[in-house]
Amino acid sequence: MLEKTAIQIKESDHVATATVELLPAETVIVSGIGNGRPMKVEERIPRGHKIALRDIAAQEEILKYGEIIGVATQPISAGHWVHVHNCRGAKGRRFDATPAQQQGE
Amino acid sequence: MKFKGYRRADGSIGIRNHILVIPTVSCVNRVALDVASKTGAVTFMHPYGCTFDAEENTTTEDTFIGHGRHQNVGAVLVVSLGCETASARRIADAIAPSGKPVEMLVVQKAGGARSTRDAGIEIVRRLQEEIAGEPSDEGDVSELIVALECGSSDAFSGLTANPAVGEAADILVGAGGTVVLSEITEMVGAERVLWRRGKTDEIRQDLMKLIKEYEIELSMTTQDDSGVFISPGNIEGGLTTIEEKSLGCIYKAGTQPIVQIVKYGERPTEKGVVIMDTPGFDIASVTGKVAGGAHMVLFTTGKGTPTGSCIAPVLKISSNNDTFKALREDIDLSAGDVLEGTKSLKQVGEEIVELVLETANGKQAKAEYFNIQEFAIPNVSVVRKEVIHQKLAEQNDFRFQQP
Repeated sequence: MLEKTAIQIKESDHVATATVELLPAETVIVSGIGNGRPMKVEERIPRGHKIALRDIAAQEEILKYGEIIGVATQPISAGHWVHVHNCRGAKGRRFDATPAQQQGE
Repeated sequence: MKFKGYRRADGSIGIRNHILVIPTVSCVNRVALDVASKTGAVTFMHPYGCTFDAEENTTTEDTFIGHGRHQNVGAVLVVSLGCETASARRIADAIAPSGKPVEMLVVQKAGGARSTRDAGIEIVRRLQEEIAGEPSDEGDVSELIVALECGSSDAFSGLTANPAVGEAADILVGAGGTVVLSEITEMVGAERVLWRRGKTDEIRQDLMKLIKEYEIELSMTTQDDSGVFISPGNIEGGLTTIEEKSLGCIYKAGTQPIVQIVKYGERPTEKGVVIMDTPGFDIASVTGKVAGGAHMVLFTTGKGTPTGSCIAPVLKISSNNDTFKALREDIDLSAGDVLEGTKSLKQVGEEIVELVLETANGKQAKAEYFNIQEFAIPNVSVVRKEVIHQKLAEQNDFRFQQP
């Protein structure tokens, strides 16, 4: 069977996109700019979803394409799934919200 | 890079030679459809043409005019009811200066739906004889306007199909051509990248203002502060935020400078990468770019969609091979080999350019073959525009700041 891969686009990215479903304890090959580096999967990650390439602190900005795609709402460890449950966008927030709310509390 | 097309009286070149039947109001959709289906002319069905919102009425008229003036249209028949707010006279008069034959029928004066249909069929048959001919005029790729669109995106759209279209955009722009990126909703979150791409300070600031307007509109559309502005399908597919979606979307326009920003349905006057003000809704966005003179549309999709335009080929490019296989009827090309590691983005980009030239030379897009002709204009209104401008004025400080 072919190796499972996740694509990393820019060197600075915190996440890679899984090209197939990843399961806990599997090894995924980080392709693209990741250069085939192996990494351990800690959690089920559906096809097309994102895996954390390193530990991300709560409130840290999460990068993909070398740009900010959102802010971590809780700590995320390497190998875990990054999605709406732990990453929040900053755009299009209600403008009557407080600045703290606009930044994700 | 050359192709054979139809040179128009105004000097432009078309890649199709359609006779377009424009129903100026939804009340006469069926009449227009009957005329088109009996003759091989093209038309589109829509719910517009009678409204007291000035903004919507103008946008409707201008979008009809843009379609009538389009390079791919050889002749036009305007079908009107007679009492609608969209002015058939204004529409016909605005199309006429492009030098093509324009005829008009008014149902309330022509004796009713059936009589209008019969008169319409006769007119279209006469026009067909008038404009008949093979595409024998040589066109250059630098004369082409290619619209870029994405719809039903998945997490791979931003990794395969969009950057592959970006490679194609760079080749087309490098050859002197024009690509039109739109869907301003899907630029929210990608401001920093787009700022760097603007050719002049004025373009940069106009673009930031435009994106801010859409961001304000987005923020007003939710009741809570959930900040979720992507579709359930997007989220299921792995996209998490509007920022992530936008950053993947703008890859379609390649890497060349942004040379002009045009209004909804407005034709670019500069060559290179142009941005048009359209919403993220695919159909309204494609309709606007076609009204603005796009010869064809490169439409990337993750999950697949059949969308087409009545006068411009819409080429579907899937982000993965599974969707290509599942929707073979609707998708023209797959960028999925990039995901499987068997092709580079550059290779797929070159395949897309080849497809653009074949299509310019007359090869039918799948949406054309199946006669798929969607039409929509943005959800515009004078009232909403005022509210957005007021909000924008309240927080004007973003304008002169680099994001």
